[in-house]
Amino acid sequence: MARLRLFGPARSAAGIGEASAPGETVGDVLAWACDRFGADFAELLGQCRIWVNGEPAEREWPVAGHDEVAVIPPVSGG
Amino acid sequence: MEPGETNDWISLTEVPIAVGEVLAWTAQPDCGATVTFFGTVRDHAEGRDGVVSLEYEAYGEYCEGRMARVAAEARRRWPSIRRLALVHRVGVLRVGETAVMVAVVTAHREEAFSAARFCIDEVKATVPIWKFETWADGSSWGLPCEVDGAAHVGHGAVQRGDQSLRPS
Repeated sequence: MARLRLFGPARSAAGIGEASAPGETVGDVLAWACDRFGADFAELLGQCRIWVNGEPAEREWPVAGHDEVAVIPPVSGG
Repeated sequence: MEPGETNDWISLTEVPIAVGEVLAWTAQPDCGATVTFFGTVRDHAEGRDGVVSLEYEAYGEYCEGRMARVAAEARRRWPSIRRLALVHRVGVLRVGETAVMVAVVTAHREEAFSAARFCIDEVKATVPIWKFETWADGSSWGLPCEVDGAAHVGHGAVQRGDQSLRPS
């Protein structure tokens, strides 16, 4: 299972910062997360970027156990 | 900590930014221009009066890498940059403390001003850091810095409201 990392408002909406997520693609992982974390999380996801191992990813990309899928809400540093 | 051979000082830090140390490192005898920018914690935000503290959360594994990309792009655009420092702090900060510092050193001022502006804008738009604001009568995540929807180096596209992801 891939490792799912959640940050900032996405972490707050989910109530958790990381999880092991089932699924064969990035899209599978995100669908699992929406199902588990609910409507507020799913709505926020619509404003987020998705990275895999630190790089922008496409939904169709396959993921495996060593991959880290991260939900990146609009950043607000500085 | 001062970088070794490189001319870029890139750092994510949990302790107060060592401003004097960074500026001592950036100074070059053959350069006449140092432009610095300090982003400091402000006592208010939009609709949020009496901000007392900010907590910066980072995707720590990738912050310095993203800052390094900003530095590399700045050097590509302004090859005359001699020394460049990008430092961002994380953790809980009080009003007035420095959250981010940019310093650009060049021979002449024009490139230094332009490059410093570019660097702070790109850092705020691409480095995976989020601030949680606590003010007089509430607390919430800070409003995004990104307002223009423009493309930025290595940041990727937004997941535009895909209905198939919504729970049924």
